[in-house]
Amino acid sequence: MERIFRVYRYQPGQEERGRYQEYRVEVGTSWTVLDALGYIKGELDGTLTYRRSCRHGICGSCAMTINGHNRLACETQVKDLKGDRIELEPLRSFRVIRDLVVDMGEFYDRYEAVKPFLMPRGAPPTDRERLQSPEDRRKLDGAYECILCGCCTSSCPSFWADRKFLGPAALLKAYRYVFDSRDQDMGERLKIVNDPHGLWRCHTIFNCAEACPKGLNPTRAIGALKREVVKRRI
Amino acid sequence: MEYHRHEVVIVGAGIAGLSAALEVQGSADVAVLSKIFPTRSHSTAAQGGTAAALGNMEEDHWEWHWYDTVKGSDFLGDQDAQEVLCREAPEVIFALEHLGVPWSRTESGRIMQRPFGGHFSQFGKGSPVRRACMVADRNGHAILHCLYEQCLKRGVRFYSEFLVVTLMVREGRCHGVVAWDVARGDLHVFEAKAVMFGTGGYASAWQVNTNCLANTGDGLALVLEVGLPLEDMEFVQFHPTGIYPSGILVTEGARGEGGYLLNDRGERFMERYAPSKMEVAPRDIVSRAEQTEIDEGRGIGGKGYVHLDLRHLGKKLILEKLPQIHEMGVKFAGVDCTEAPLPILPTAHYAMGGIPTNVDGEVLADEKGTVVEGFFAAGECACVSVHGANRLGTNSTLECAVFGRRTGRRIRRYMEAGVEYRGVPEEEPERAQKKVADILEARGPERVSRLRAELKESMTKNMGVFRTGEGMREQVEKLRELRERYGRIGITDHQKVFNTELEEALELGHALAFCDVIVAGGLAREESRGAHARKDFPKRDDAKWLKHTLAWRSEDGSVRLGYKPVAITRFQPEERKY
Repeated sequence: MERIFRVYRYQPGQEERGRYQEYRVEVGTSWTVLDALGYIKGELDGTLTYRRSCRHGICGSCAMTINGHNRLACETQVKDLKGDRIELEPLRSFRVIRDLVVDMGEFYDRYEAVKPFLMPRGAPPTDRERLQSPEDRRKLDGAYECILCGCCTSSCPSFWADRKFLGPAALLKAYRYVFDSRDQDMGERLKIVNDPHGLWRCHTIFNCAEACPKGLNPTRAIGALKREVVKRRI
Repeated sequence: MEYHRHEVVIVGAGIAGLSAALEVQGSADVAVLSKIFPTRSHSTAAQGGTAAALGNMEEDHWEWHWYDTVKGSDFLGDQDAQEVLCREAPEVIFALEHLGVPWSRTESGRIMQRPFGGHFSQFGKGSPVRRACMVADRNGHAILHCLYEQCLKRGVRFYSEFLVVTLMVREGRCHGVVAWDVARGDLHVFEAKAVMFGTGGYASAWQVNTNCLANTGDGLALVLEVGLPLEDMEFVQFHPTGIYPSGILVTEGARGEGGYLLNDRGERFMERYAPSKMEVAPRDIVSRAEQTEIDEGRGIGGKGYVHLDLRHLGKKLILEKLPQIHEMGVKFAGVDCTEAPLPILPTAHYAMGGIPTNVDGEVLADEKGTVVEGFFAAGECACVSVHGANRLGTNSTLECAVFGRRTGRRIRRYMEAGVEYRGVPEEEPERAQKKVADILEARGPERVSRLRAELKESMTKNMGVFRTGEGMREQVEKLRELRERYGRIGITDHQKVFNTELEEALELGHALAFCDVIVAGGLAREESRGAHARKDFPKRDDAKWLKHTLAWRSEDGSVRLGYKPVAITRFQPEERKY
């Protein structure tokens, strides 16, 4: 099955702005978009540049825009994409370093801003684990699985409008710790997300939930954080 | 070329490297270099669990875990190191919980544990024991993210997307590393009092493998380059359940939870290979069983795969305990494993061999155990040796956590003893510069992708689940040919910023180097032990081969072999049956 890949290209220092380049690829039956990129790089054009690593949707390296949707290249089957022409572009709203590689620096800064680590209640027991009920543990499902790929934040219109917005990935991470029964300082983290560029910039558009390759729902998590802020009169 | 000075430089941001960084931070200036962003390290792909005899589900003892690890290693592991691994496992798991790892929980709120291959009660005589501490089937991901976040909390300095191109070791002393900043495209010299490698394994040298694309064994090649040996490199684990055809991993937890392996006739063929332990026998045994079924024409439809059937476990259990496997089946095999069996095949997975170290992560230079001053290693790139000839499932993330931590503590003591910087040897920056420039300017006719494909195909054919002297001799020749052609490669990308073609060419050069020692060690070892299964020498031979291989490589590709004894402290070698 032949497919045409129309790929965004930008070589810093060599060209002012990006352009598109087309590659004709004879695609194997179970090929992913990442397989096709590997073929293009190996056989057709060694200069094509993209990030990748695990090949199965857990490392979060190969997020990109595929036919207009933010996806992971490694878990998108070519046969599932409609049309002869497949368009590959870098994640939107991040600065392009080269071709499909974007600068994730701002994205990571927001993630770090929410204090993404446990701030525990007292000292843990020395010789065993702290206890946590299965119900309490279940509250972390749908949040701890985030792979930091950036698909959600890049797809968020509120982030496009406000470059200082924490964005869905960072807020989902805040949720993961706020609702961890082992964490003591819900208040401190809620203060951080209750910033003018925090929670309230989310207008429940749900692009993030649609974009998440892991099926997570940051909008719902942000809703829970908003309710908590109101409840506690932060 | 930019110069940096950090007291401690850790290369690799997986579970081993970050565990060490957390121990050192606060008492010394530490920097972590990683060729990819830390949370993208391959530790994140570990799925099923981390072993520790917590006894949260039923009676368990760390000595039972020790015995299973010794037997699993086909008695090639060093029992003193294996003792450390199993004895310290519970406290390491508790420490990870205290840091915030979201372990799955039992009804009483304890860490949940599941059964895994090769883990039994009563010194191997009892039934399977639930010893694998689990975060559903996203264990590595949960641990890695937690450790990275703790590093952020404590202000560890990271250099992300820095590819180390040379290690500076001279006359038994380490001076630092030189790294290529991928995003900017320039070289950086890192002078350090202590360097630790946590650079991962090398199974990506095989065509069908579970490894991430970044896992290219660079650290091992850098060690060979400076004239240090590698240990037991011929031992490479084939995992029994890779998704057909790409080989990406389906956790052994799927069999631990009760999954069946079926051939084309619908038989649970493990009955013929491990009648008592069946599907939860250790990986080397199950992989050989599958390969035999496939080779004898009993693969599904006569093809190169068998079935992993989970349907009888029920949808509820699958979605709760194996959610990632369910998702991967749908995305990569087009199979909903609650409704149909998954097509699977043996896939190169894990490197038992690596950089020889002692139990404190100090790198060893020879058979006598001479320590390389200021150089440390832990995790899959290291060989302590806790896995010997075959690793048990759930012992790899454990190894990273236990020996990463121990290595960090050793480095901390080393710093406290008042060690000085040793300077940067004059020729070293130039050596790194030449290594990069040679490729950046390479305009020969040979293509990296072609050579890499031929390397992987030939390693699969000649160094696969089953090996023969003839095949390995053929591989020696093939490697010679590839090395010669590598001298004539050309790349088309001559830019500096984010040049991944340069990176891939460097990685291929590294793979060609460490493959030489894999094959040399395998060819010399005339026996079958653990993952090294020779059709021409089908029996284990303790009289001749109960010893570790050490291999040194010269620039021309020639390999010198040496050997050192196995530490046997408690369990005498016995026939390995399951």
